[in-house]
Amino acid sequence: MQVLQRRRRFRTEFEDAAFLKHLIFIMCGIVGICHIDGPDGVSLDGIKSMIGALCHRGPDETGVYLDDHVGLGHARLSIIDLSSGGQPIHNEDKSLWIVYNGEVFNYPELKKDLLQKGHRFYTTSDTEVVLHLYEEHGPDCLAMLNGQFAMAIWDAKKKELFLARDRVGIRPLYYTILNNTIIFGSEIKSIFMNENVARRIDPVAMDQIFTFWTTLTPRTVFKDIYELPPGHYMKSYRGKVTLKKYWDIPLYEHAEQSDMAPQEICRQVRELLQDAVRIRLRADVPVGCYLSGGLDSSGTTALVVKNFNSDVRTFGIRFDSGGFDEGEHQNLMVSYLNVNHTEMRATNEKIGAFLPDCLWHCEKPLLRTGPVPLFLLSDVVRNSGYKVVLTGEGADEVFGGYNIFREAKVRRFLAKYPNSQMRAELTGRLYPYIFNNPRLKRTLQSFFARGLDQIDDPIFSHFIRWENTSRIKAFFSQELNEAIGQYDGYDQVRQSLPDNFGRTDDFSRAQYLEMAIFMSNYLLSSQGDRVAMAHSVEIRLPFLDPRVMDFMARVPAKWKILGINEKHILKKSFEPILPKEITGRPKNPYRAPIKQSLLNDQTLEYTKEALSEESVKKAGLFDAGKVTKLLRKAQMVENLSEIDNMTLVGILSSQLIHRQFVRDFPLRNADPVVPALVVDRRSEALRAVS
Amino acid sequence: MDNSSKVREFVVENFLFGDGEKLRDDTSFMEEGIIDSTGILELVFFLEETFGFSVEDDELVPENMDSLQNIARFVGRKMNAGSTAEA
Repeated sequence: MQVLQRRRRFRTEFEDAAFLKHLIFIMCGIVGICHIDGPDGVSLDGIKSMIGALCHRGPDETGVYLDDHVGLGHARLSIIDLSSGGQPIHNEDKSLWIVYNGEVFNYPELKKDLLQKGHRFYTTSDTEVVLHLYEEHGPDCLAMLNGQFAMAIWDAKKKELFLARDRVGIRPLYYTILNNTIIFGSEIKSIFMNENVARRIDPVAMDQIFTFWTTLTPRTVFKDIYELPPGHYMKSYRGKVTLKKYWDIPLYEHAEQSDMAPQEICRQVRELLQDAVRIRLRADVPVGCYLSGGLDSSGTTALVVKNFNSDVRTFGIRFDSGGFDEGEHQNLMVSYLNVNHTEMRATNEKIGAFLPDCLWHCEKPLLRTGPVPLFLLSDVVRNSGYKVVLTGEGADEVFGGYNIFREAKVRRFLAKYPNSQMRAELTGRLYPYIFNNPRLKRTLQSFFARGLDQIDDPIFSHFIRWENTSRIKAFFSQELNEAIGQYDGYDQVRQSLPDNFGRTDDFSRAQYLEMAIFMSNYLLSSQGDRVAMAHSVEIRLPFLDPRVMDFMARVPAKWKILGINEKHILKKSFEPILPKEITGRPKNPYRAPIKQSLLNDQTLEYTKEALSEESVKKAGLFDAGKVTKLLRKAQMVENLSEIDNMTLVGILSSQLIHRQFVRDFPLRNADPVVPALVVDRRSEALRAVS
Repeated sequence: MDNSSKVREFVVENFLFGDGEKLRDDTSFMEEGIIDSTGILELVFFLEETFGFSVEDDELVPENMDSLQNIARFVGRKMNAGSTAEA
């Protein structure tokens, strides 16, 4: 109950009922402890408490493997092989043990090959296929998997631990190394259940978040806690820990790109997407779809309805405010496809009230409130009896939907003749909703003309966004600024780029930056896995099928954004299955209200309390005087600027993260776990020690 | 308080949240990221309210609004034009 008491401070009365309801869930995730140098004993209670912190991820069943070197734990959300898929799972001679979170969609095809090679299976799960594939191919098996996963495999004979994560980082996996012990888990809170792990905010991570909207992999907002980067695996063997990249975001030089006609490109895209959807419908439970009314989710839903399941259940978000709501197009798609649709109304009050809960799952400060409605939507999905949904995420990155890509293209065009008024006019077509005030035209044009002499800089495309976000750092406390010192995030990004980055076209470079930084750690995390798994819902993302990603990386930039028409290829590909109103509509970025959510009658008090001089000084992250002035301004000004809105939610969410994870972390209050399966191979001597 | 000081105080309080140490008279609001598009509208609203003149659309250009120095010149011209018109 202590957990509840601590967290209740942030809550208003009406949300408590909803919160208590979630506590009946036990929660799919993986955890583990591995002694790098040799046997040292692992406590069953320690692994149980780590699993207990992840009970939202796997409500169906838990399991544990223990020996003198390693402890593995698993919390299961049953989607495939409901009766026999309990983990940890072993190979034929029980020398390999796996705990695994996620799905490999091409497992039936992989299994056929393994059966032919003589492997025997005791479950029908994809997990066991992955284990045998590892037994057969070692780490090279990762290149054969089409899916979203994080896994730990223990080779009990070699005494080797293998941790791996999917290509783009759909499934999370974090770790820390403390006293020659690797402690890992699907979420950071499970690692924090070890009382020897220090819980501190990392100053450099704060600098990164308030520049790039997220940390740069492998850093997290917590000092010495790292994520296993997407497309990487880690091995611990004979006292040595090694990290290796097995995949990178595809980048092709001009000579390697496709010379297919656009019509042929569209035909192949349709085929690839249809197959990406087909294999993502593999499950022993019904699969639903998120349907916003935008091009991407409308396209995936239409592919499902027209090819696989005309009865598919769909779910969408509605907002109170016209600027955010996509109801008109959502309703159009519901009628067009004749689907059974459930909408969740994200009122400003709900968005504000559930921000603290959402942050508990995201485990990082946010500069937007967009994750909260998705957090609320997954609750509706789960309560409707669904555990799995297809979403349209990833299409903007792969097919070129974001304004930042168009903006970079126009700025490059402008950079050739910076004084050209005609070229400058194009900026107005990029952001019609902010250029709709004719008074601002010249000012906005000057705004986008910044940095035009930097077109050779690898980060040119993102420079304005990052510089703009960096303005929030003016609110950092002196103490935080001193701890950050001379750190330069831009240099770190430049140095992390692959060798062929400079030889690819401008647009592919912008896509790479967007996918490597923003997509994995924000879109797929705070607006993806974390807010869906908060309510035990798994998201599946056809647009991030590796075949689709690789094919589109070979398509020349001129076809991806035709002129400044974003996602040209995807629109053309979907024309045969979507109404014109959807393929012809300009992109409406997904956003949620900020000021209206955080400063309304129901939330003002907790916002004021978290941003009070006393609270801000205690956390030591921000300048209390400036925060007070910001709060005063936010209450007085009717239309708060974009940057002030971001500052408001950025500071508030940092304060709440500090409070939930550093100051008031419920160390001894994980949900009780009674594992259905315990494989205990510890020696008597070390069992007593641990 | 003179006109320039009023403008400085407004910019420091509203866009720099009290931290005006590094704000010089010729610091570019755009280049330094002090004011964005919405901020320009706040600034115009303040100028019109405080000094009682209207800012025309074609006056809303960086040459008039992008630094304290530019604003001071702009306000001076507007005030003079206003008094000339009245005379």
